[in-house]
Amino acid sequence: MNSTILYTIALVFLFLSFVKDRQKTKMALLKAWKSFTKLLPEVLAIMIFVGISLAVLSPDTISKLIGSESGLLGIIIALIGGSFTLIPSFVAFPLAVSLLNGGAGYAQIAALVSTLMSVGIVTLPTEIKYFNKSTAILRNFMSFVVAIIFTLVIGEVMK
Amino acid sequence: MKLLKEYKFTIVLAFVMLGIYLTNNLVGTKAFKITLTNIKEMLSLVPPIFVLIGLLDTWVPKESMIKFMGQNSGIKGIIIAFLLGSAAAGPLYVAFPIAALLLKKGARLAYVLFFLGVWTSTKLPIVLYETVSLGLKFTVIHIGISIPAFLLIAFFIEKIISQDSISLIYQKAELL
Repeated sequence: MNSTILYTIALVFLFLSFVKDRQKTKMALLKAWKSFTKLLPEVLAIMIFVGISLAVLSPDTISKLIGSESGLLGIIIALIGGSFTLIPSFVAFPLAVSLLNGGAGYAQIAALVSTLMSVGIVTLPTEIKYFNKSTAILRNFMSFVVAIIFTLVIGEVMK
Repeated sequence: MKLLKEYKFTIVLAFVMLGIYLTNNLVGTKAFKITLTNIKEMLSLVPPIFVLIGLLDTWVPKESMIKFMGQNSGIKGIIIAFLLGSAAAGPLYVAFPIAALLLKKGARLAYVLFFLGVWTSTKLPIVLYETVSLGLKFTVIHIGISIPAFLLIAFFIEKIISQDSISLIYQKAELL
């Protein structure tokens, strides 16, 4: 659904741009292509990495690691695991729900979900490419701290 | 040769996947299928976003972006960063080129970092998904902690990294 909307918006604006100024439109497309080929090598590598890790780590294994009674160790594993992996949300949320149903605590889920979204060790090289080392590392490190705070709060509030 | 260097990780990982396939058929196939799904997901988002980035880059003059998100845009810059980040779709790696475009057009670094923070916590499609999956309370606490924290982090990072490295980031963005 997202995709159809995005493609439609892009095509409409592309058309408007083309009507107004062909030369500029050509430039815009060239830029788009350049950005795409710049991002592609990293993204492809990330995709394969994620594919391999999700295939090796079955939901069963994940349940054992961060499921019920995994306690503090489970939280730590979830924090670190979530920082490393990049799971698309359409996989992550159903997984989180099934973990909850399987008896996992909200704290482990909070740790996993928040780090999955905001900390990206796998995307760090890409982030450094666009920003620089210090900014990228600081942003990830501090997002990790925020994830810990969030996890602690959830652990207290939603037992 | 340049291409080979750029894609070295992709090639190495592809061989790893092949190796897994040869030792364990089932896991290898599964890894391949998940990779394919992810690539499809990527292709459903990234090309139109990059076309839009290209169009914005050629049509939006620097002056207007400076007015909206520049050094002296104040609260307006923060609000626009928030709206841009929450209206987003797609994983974090899509946000980097957008951030680079904002920087190239003269947006303030702190606002761009806040945009990234919002992207990683309060994207609207994800918020809906999160609410349905994990409940309203969970989601409200998530956003309630993330937004103020990422706002603080954005200004903090801008403050502690050196002026030189900030200029370098802007120079890099020019190459977009």
